[in-house]
Amino acid sequence: MQDVVLALLVKAPSHGYDLRGRLAAALGPLGDELNPGQVYVTLGRLEKAGLVVQVREDVPVRGPRRRVYGVTEAGLARVGGWLGESAGPRADVAEFHLKLIAAAESGLADPVALVDDRRRELMGALAETQRAVLAYGTGAEPALLLEGVALRLQADLRWLEACGRVWAARTPRGGDA
Amino acid sequence: MTTGTGPALRAVGLTRTYGAGESLVRAVDHVDLEVPAGQTLAVTGPSGCGKSTLLQLLGGLDRPTGGEVWLGGDRIDHLGERALARLRRRSVGFVFQAYHLMHELSAAQNIELPALLAGASPRTARDRAAGLLDRVGLADRARHLPSELSGGQRQRVAIARALVNDPLVVLADEPTGNLDTAATHDILRLFGELRAAGQTLVMVTHDERVAATADRILSLRDGTVADDTRPAAGAGLGAMLAWKD
Repeated sequence: MQDVVLALLVKAPSHGYDLRGRLAAALGPLGDELNPGQVYVTLGRLEKAGLVVQVREDVPVRGPRRRVYGVTEAGLARVGGWLGESAGPRADVAEFHLKLIAAAESGLADPVALVDDRRRELMGALAETQRAVLAYGTGAEPALLLEGVALRLQADLRWLEACGRVWAARTPRGGDA
Repeated sequence: MTTGTGPALRAVGLTRTYGAGESLVRAVDHVDLEVPAGQTLAVTGPSGCGKSTLLQLLGGLDRPTGGEVWLGGDRIDHLGERALARLRRRSVGFVFQAYHLMHELSAAQNIELPALLAGASPRTARDRAAGLLDRVGLADRARHLPSELSGGQRQRVAIARALVNDPLVVLADEPTGNLDTAATHDILRLFGELRAAGQTLVMVTHDERVAATADRILSLRDGTVADDTRPAAGAGLGAMLAWKD
């Protein structure tokens, strides 16, 4: 949550209400559980850690005042690190989805490149799993476990294919190789 | 199986278009690839990405509208029909999703046929077929008709047939597309044995698990190479257990 919120502030400072709306838009029905206060709690923690600072306070004609936060140098470094680090094989679908959106919105990383990196990572894991699957006879207990691991990796790879298609169509890429 | 040190199979700027003008379709668009002898290449991608067309171009079943195909050091894309037919018989082994066995011939006869067509004596053809049936684990099914075999067994016969003329390269188009998991694993184990014996193999597959067994994976999108991966060793299978908290 902290990384995503931080990334959404990179392009321009913003307030909790706006951030919550953007998160909800990115998550669709999965965002229904998002506690309205959660974004504000996260912003408070980020501020305490010196990753964001309040840059001003907007006073709308109607509604409450809104504290507008911007990313600090340290915050920017953290977002860069988060986008660059391997998502890890156990990253869940929503987390990687938000990472792609954060990458695109912040302009700090190319979502298509993130998808490609992840595909390679998971393909390596799948290759290893398949080797083990084939080494066991069908029916062995470890073979059953490996089958489950392989099927999950396959599902992730198929989803990445869809991610790649959508983000490639959205991301303007200069020059054709 | 391959003489010389170059790649067993190479494509340069390989292109296949259909139609013209507004309706021009680039099924394969400037694809470069190299398959070193003894390696397995998997070509993947969504349906319609051009992967089957690419395989047909590589095997001389279709002619490119541009670019070059080199098989074992010889350029083959501009060969005449007769030379190409000869090359397909002798230097390329094809494996198809739907097996394409001759229904009225026994397993052994299906395997012998391409050897006979390539000029082998009946006896040589018989011997080779017997050896290959043994190799694919079907020595006891030699006299069976395809209809008396399971899908996985039929595909193993088809693979034996593809190998009978000791081809430079085996080209397989969705070889496990009609098979269940257990039969797919059998075919992949067989491919593994062939690779260990030095056979060069190119397979088209939409199945990531099949592709993952290759030395190299080419992902096609709209006829072009979207990604070119060598599955690197991961963090080890032990790391997968740690995935779940």
